[in-house]
Amino acid sequence: MIWAREETLSRAEMEALQLERLQETVKRVYEKVPPYRAKMDKIGLKPEDIKSLKDLSRLPFVTKQDLRDNYPFGLFAVPKEELLRIHASSGTTGKPTVVGYTKGDMETWTECVSRIACAGGASASDVAQICFGYGMFTGALGLHYGLENIGATIVPSSTGNSEKQLMYMKDFGTTLLVATPSYALRLAEVARELGIDPQRDLKVKIGLVGSELLTDAMREEMYKYWGSDMKVTSNYGMSELMGPGVSGECEHLCGMHINEDFFIPEIINPDTGEVLPEGEWGELVITCIKKEALPLIRYRTKDITRLIYEPCKCGRTTCRMENLSGRSDDMLKIRGVNVFPSQIEEVVLSVEGLGPHYEIIVERDGYSDKLTVRVELAVATDSFKELERIEKTVKNKLKVMLGLDAKVQLESPNTLARFEGKAKRVRDLRKEQK
Amino acid sequence: MTANQVSVFIENRQGRLGQVLSVLKENDINILSISLADTTEYGLLRLIVNKPTEARDVLLKAGFSSMLTEVLIIKVPHQTGALQKILAVIAENNVSIEYMYGLSVESTDASIVMKTNELDKACKILAGSNIGTLTSKDIEAL
Repeated sequence: MIWAREETLSRAEMEALQLERLQETVKRVYEKVPPYRAKMDKIGLKPEDIKSLKDLSRLPFVTKQDLRDNYPFGLFAVPKEELLRIHASSGTTGKPTVVGYTKGDMETWTECVSRIACAGGASASDVAQICFGYGMFTGALGLHYGLENIGATIVPSSTGNSEKQLMYMKDFGTTLLVATPSYALRLAEVARELGIDPQRDLKVKIGLVGSELLTDAMREEMYKYWGSDMKVTSNYGMSELMGPGVSGECEHLCGMHINEDFFIPEIINPDTGEVLPEGEWGELVITCIKKEALPLIRYRTKDITRLIYEPCKCGRTTCRMENLSGRSDDMLKIRGVNVFPSQIEEVVLSVEGLGPHYEIIVERDGYSDKLTVRVELAVATDSFKELERIEKTVKNKLKVMLGLDAKVQLESPNTLARFEGKAKRVRDLRKEQK
Repeated sequence: MTANQVSVFIENRQGRLGQVLSVLKENDINILSISLADTTEYGLLRLIVNKPTEARDVLLKAGFSSMLTEVLIIKVPHQTGALQKILAVIAENNVSIEYMYGLSVESTDASIVMKTNELDKACKILAGSNIGTLTSKDIEAL
């Protein structure tokens, strides 16, 4: 089923709608968002200069740094009174990225997620259990409103306590699961341990997974555990753009359909900023053309993908983005949590007895991500107690900083690699291990 | 009446102990006693050597986290119950032993290397009970 007519517009109709909304957005942003106006003025660009969709590439980029520089509300295009909701994502140095929603934005968000959920097979008869963390992150509430709008029964179980999650699933007859792929697999694993056969004893037939990379290997694992008839689709979004709902897969699993009437995608060369021809891999840049509170123009997502414009077998004509292949900067997504190496560095530097060098290793451990931080002793000791103190301090501080459990590995001085120029402190082994 | 022990942090990784021993060999340092205690991830190597300061320095230079620790090397006669007697004296005075290991260098006596929580107090107890110890100088002369 296709949720909205806009998903099936002809290319010409879609482009006409996009241009109209783009022009309106640029005009409004120019008037109401001084930092962006300054960017346009600097290159002598006026809203009237945007005459066609091609002119989009003349507009300056917005980056995460712009959001930080204008913390918390500097890039907002509406007065604070008009906000209905504020969300925030984790920041590297304590300052998060703040996003806001007007009443209109909430409606847009709900609409976008409804479409994606529908593409993933959701319907009014579903019982949807949302195993994303509720709170400042956009994931849980985004899916919540979208699925509710479809008419599904929501079980807002949030994260954690897998046994209870499974109890709800069994007793409430959950048919749709919202989770990160790794947590979906973890739940199946726990179910087995408890003597529950997910395929026989549970009714879950739809998995809307997001917030981390869904590799083909993981999808296969999902089928293995939850049944080969399960509909597993991944969806994409980020809080800066809105949250979940930017794009999502349909049953044909051939890329994520972008809600193009709300978001214009471009692919650029991340080094030069130059727009790349259709079909080429590069950094995804998104322009929000219907947002009120935070209409980011040419936002650099740092996600690497490519675009496919050919209409899909499902009947949708919207542009599709390939499943992500990585990120152009060094942010790591570990168990669905954004982790910046600089956060780990901050911890390492703050613990007495350690040198400034460290190495971050991320690997697959069963169905979960495992984070190991290797650190070097800067002191000598004859006491296990002291070694344990150092280890535990690092572990605890990482837990507070990232909300993740990490393994801390103490090393002798001068064990870890030293770098001239840009250090390579991260070893992400997950892709090699799938 | 104390002696210097060399303590070295080593990761539980193949070849690490061998590297420490190579460094000592290359610098002509003789090991008289060795103890290796470990956890799942790392261990502490404790050594009584003829030239402790030099040993620590060359190990540091080779990239090992190493230090000198003041320990007691207590002479224990080759007699049944000799060690028990010494430990009883220490325990009676509420001194805790953190770790200990053996050292055998003389034909008549054995020795134990001991680290306690209160070094000065332990020294006094041993002196008061006429229990003999070996110093770094004694060790060097061996």
